[in-house]
Amino acid sequence: MSMRVLPVGDRALLVEVASGDEAQALHAELLRRRAEGSLTVGEIVPAARTVLLDGLADPARLASELTATELPPAPPRAREVIDLPVRYDGPDLADVAAHWGVPEQEVARIHAATEFRVAFCGFAPGFGYLTGLPERYDVPRRATPRTAVPDGAVALAGRYTGVYPRSSPGGWQLIGTTDAVLWDHARVPAALLSPGTRVRFVPVGHS
Amino acid sequence: MTDRALVVVRAGALTTVQDRGRPGHAHLGVPRSGALDGPAAALVNRLVGNPPETAVLETTLNGCAVRPRSTVTMAVGGAPCPVTVDGRPVAWGTPVRVPAGSVLDVGSAVSGVRSYLAVTGGVAVEPVLGSRSTDLLSGLGPPPLTDGTVLPLGHPVGPHARVDVAPHPAPPAELVLHVTLGPRDDWFTREAIRTFTSRPYRVSAASNRIGLRTEGPALERALPGELPSEGMVLGAVQVPPDGRPVIFLADHPTTGGYPVIAVVRTLDLPPTAQAAPGTPVRFIPVRRR
Repeated sequence: MSMRVLPVGDRALLVEVASGDEAQALHAELLRRRAEGSLTVGEIVPAARTVLLDGLADPARLASELTATELPPAPPRAREVIDLPVRYDGPDLADVAAHWGVPEQEVARIHAATEFRVAFCGFAPGFGYLTGLPERYDVPRRATPRTAVPDGAVALAGRYTGVYPRSSPGGWQLIGTTDAVLWDHARVPAALLSPGTRVRFVPVGHS
Repeated sequence: MTDRALVVVRAGALTTVQDRGRPGHAHLGVPRSGALDGPAAALVNRLVGNPPETAVLETTLNGCAVRPRSTVTMAVGGAPCPVTVDGRPVAWGTPVRVPAGSVLDVGSAVSGVRSYLAVTGGVAVEPVLGSRSTDLLSGLGPPPLTDGTVLPLGHPVGPHARVDVAPHPAPPAELVLHVTLGPRDDWFTREAIRTFTSRPYRVSAASNRIGLRTEGPALERALPGELPSEGMVLGAVQVPPDGRPVIFLADHPTTGGYPVIAVVRTLDLPPTAQAAPGTPVRFIPVRRR
């Protein structure tokens, strides 16, 4: 795995890799090092092609250590799979079917047959960017974002699937609805999904 | 019902509960939040005998007024402003005894933006992920105060400080921000880097707890297209499509897709909380330590 280590201010490093899969592998390795005590860091924030390490005492030393490191090629498999019950009843199903070039009912079948993984979180507490669909199923954001997407909306944008943890404005294509509670700060853990979690969508009721 | 409570008489333009925030959850999309002017919040806490991490009130431009249900000690700091108890002037920046039922009024900022009000025992709303801070981006923590809000207070832990005047930095007449370039300075033209580090900017009125927006010369990109979302740090200087730098403050999003041209030195961030719209801003490049 080839890595580019970019300094970010005086206390952070941004480690850039070539793909989303490599970012997930790097993230898994950094979590392992933190757990075993060989890495002391405030935040480990994975994203599309990078992992941010924030709150470092000596970023320069870690940067030279990391560039000398060979990372394992694939992440260890997360232990559990979270099943999210879903009704494929979103208002953008027809548009997504048109982008994919399939009949409308095929969208639900293809989506529910895919195993996803949370690549990273962001946008709102508990919002995961889920990867797993092949590249040919990428869809654009809606030209005009909705002012209010309901909580529990299952949505697509680019190569990602996401579930809105609470009602918010949004430009993603809505394909379904789940009753799962993505974020509850009175619960431990508050977030149902965190980076690395495996996710399946399980159709319930009519699709 | 306990009488260890504070009734909000006048909420002001935007008054929120703030402590040191909730760092450590960025990977779940949770902003750090916390008092924008951390040293001011710690100082007013010290004045009333609270540990520095105790929750205080952070006001915006026109202060707020509160009525304690029991006699408490309060202190106002941060942006200088007139302070009154039942209409009579009292000192700013020192501990003030406020009798039960009296109204302490934090007036409009004379200079700066955000005043901080500490109360003995602290504001004791229910913490969320270990913090009582209001997070305006994600909505975690208590909502901004409204008139009539009742805030529970914690129990005093120590005696208040015995000082007449606490030393307090003045709000900046000019915001001088030392920055280290990167991680995405290579997304900008050489000319843009020169402009960024030599031309004056001004604080925009569109600034808030999420980011300090600036007005000034637009920075031109060398690379077109979109940057895949990546993790963001406090003090990141992000450049959106309009080319005007935005400095990420406490409620900043945890990931973002606009390139970060530079990062502001941590020491220089508290003054950003007190830079009123129109304040000149200069970015001074420094070598990484």
